[in-house]
Amino acid sequence: MEQVFVFFFTYREAIFIIALSVFLGIEVISNVPSVLHTPLMSGANAISGVIIIGGIILVGHADASKVSLELILGILAIIFATLNVVGGFVVTDRMLEMFKKKKK
Amino acid sequence: MDQVIGSLNGVDFTLGGALLELSYLLAALLFVVGLRLLSHPETARKGNFYAAAGMFLAMVTTLLLHKDSQGEAIPLANVWIILTALGVGTVLGWVMALRIQMTAMPQMVSFYNATGGAASALVAMLEFPNTDMGNVGSALATLLGLIVGSVAFSGSMLAYGKLDGKVGDTVSGWMKYLNLVLLLVVVGLSAYMMVSGQTAGELSWALYLLLGISLVYGVTFVMPIGGADMPVVISLLNSLTGIAATMAGFIYGNQAMILGGILVGAAGTILTVLMCNAMNRSLLNVILGAFGGTGASAGAGPEGDMKEINMSDAAILLSYSKSVVIVPGYGLAVAQAQHVCHELDMLLADKGVQVKYAIHPVAGRMPGHMNVLLAEADVPYSQLVEMDDINTDIANTDVVVVIGANDVVNPAAINNPGSPIAGMPIINAHLAKNIIVMKRGRGKGYAGIENELFFDPKTRLLFGNAKDTLQKLASEVKNLH
Repeated sequence: MEQVFVFFFTYREAIFIIALSVFLGIEVISNVPSVLHTPLMSGANAISGVIIIGGIILVGHADASKVSLELILGILAIIFATLNVVGGFVVTDRMLEMFKKKKK
Repeated sequence: MDQVIGSLNGVDFTLGGALLELSYLLAALLFVVGLRLLSHPETARKGNFYAAAGMFLAMVTTLLLHKDSQGEAIPLANVWIILTALGVGTVLGWVMALRIQMTAMPQMVSFYNATGGAASALVAMLEFPNTDMGNVGSALATLLGLIVGSVAFSGSMLAYGKLDGKVGDTVSGWMKYLNLVLLLVVVGLSAYMMVSGQTAGELSWALYLLLGISLVYGVTFVMPIGGADMPVVISLLNSLTGIAATMAGFIYGNQAMILGGILVGAAGTILTVLMCNAMNRSLLNVILGAFGGTGASAGAGPEGDMKEINMSDAAILLSYSKSVVIVPGYGLAVAQAQHVCHELDMLLADKGVQVKYAIHPVAGRMPGHMNVLLAEADVPYSQLVEMDDINTDIANTDVVVVIGANDVVNPAAINNPGSPIAGMPIINAHLAKNIIVMKRGRGKGYAGIENELFFDPKTRLLFGNAKDTLQKLASEVKNLH
């Protein structure tokens, strides 16, 4: 039992962020009209590309003096994440643009 | 990891460090505000822009200001490598996003989701050698990031293949047992890695094994799910990618990643639950792939003939009606018939017919798929009516036109408790005075069950590709005086 408390205490800040973010996510999304389900999903999908920060940190501090498998895989991770981010936001914008134009 | 997860307590103050954290806070806020704005039609586009701005900010400041544990900034050589990789990804992503047809949107989103999952899995895999396996939080974050990321990757790739028609559905009863076994192996192997007391270096064999099994699990997880359940799976995989990003956020003690990921995870889960509710099914039921599976003891199915109607009769019927309700489905999407469909509805409106579209929440292959397609064809919002609202006065509707939809108008959901779709809310097309159904052929719907609506005495069928049929029908209507 004590271990559980130790775990909680060690990671209390992260656990706070998670707990609050879950509610935030639920709160932000509820009552969304079904018209927006697709763009919302696609936009959220682009946000999950935030892993790109991890990719930048990883390759940023990698040894770039020689070509290694790690370096190549890291670069691949950045390319994948960028695809997710850029493609996701652009596609979402394209969808929303169509919703927009007949509001005149 | 200790000092990063415990947040900043052990880190010395530097101006750069403070600026970096500040930019992450700003990015996180932009994600939240962006998502909030995205959920309202008037502000959605702005919301998407805010979220993108947050991402851009976090990327730039990380590149310029991030320092490793020794206080070393990112060297210039690496900056160039990163910029090149970012450039390649940007060009590829942008070009693909602009060239994709609106009808292919579900597979595009699946594909992007797969790349996000792959990136998370790769980051976790590459950070594994630096992980202190004795530290529960650190080990858990890395392993979960790897597992969830790989499942999201291979699952989304398969979903992409299925939606693109490259891969068919496979339904077997043994699949769920295989999935259970694989899941247990993944959990067992992870637990072993955490308690074995070996270092990360000694465990690299287990890491690759875990990666392999997770990838296989992603495939077998999505394999039995298909047809009408596709929107649910995409939404679920989307939330998995968010969770994978969160785990990577733990590895780096990066609050922007943790928050962004969890936000997507929670939002995706909620959307998944909404989808399930719309079909009156539990998530577990969807995951086990019961739809159209072994439980399809629908009985003998409806008796009788499907009665066809010719174009001119259909045109007359529609033109002299007071109210027409169009029920679009996936067939409209594959035939890319949304523009012709809008043409037809305008022709009818000119003749004084009141035309509405009835949108079922899970029509198509993605939540809200039909709304996007009809918006592309310039159909005004006010004409799109949601299921519950249309059902209240469908009995007074003169003609319901079903275009390439099947399961969402199948009365078996109400009448036949033994049907695989029993209990799913449907658009009550069968209550209308007349029904015209446009269908490619005499086959069954994606749920693999017969639709008694097609055999209803009030129903007439127009066979053929939805686009051709609508074109011919529109010109018939135009020629009527």
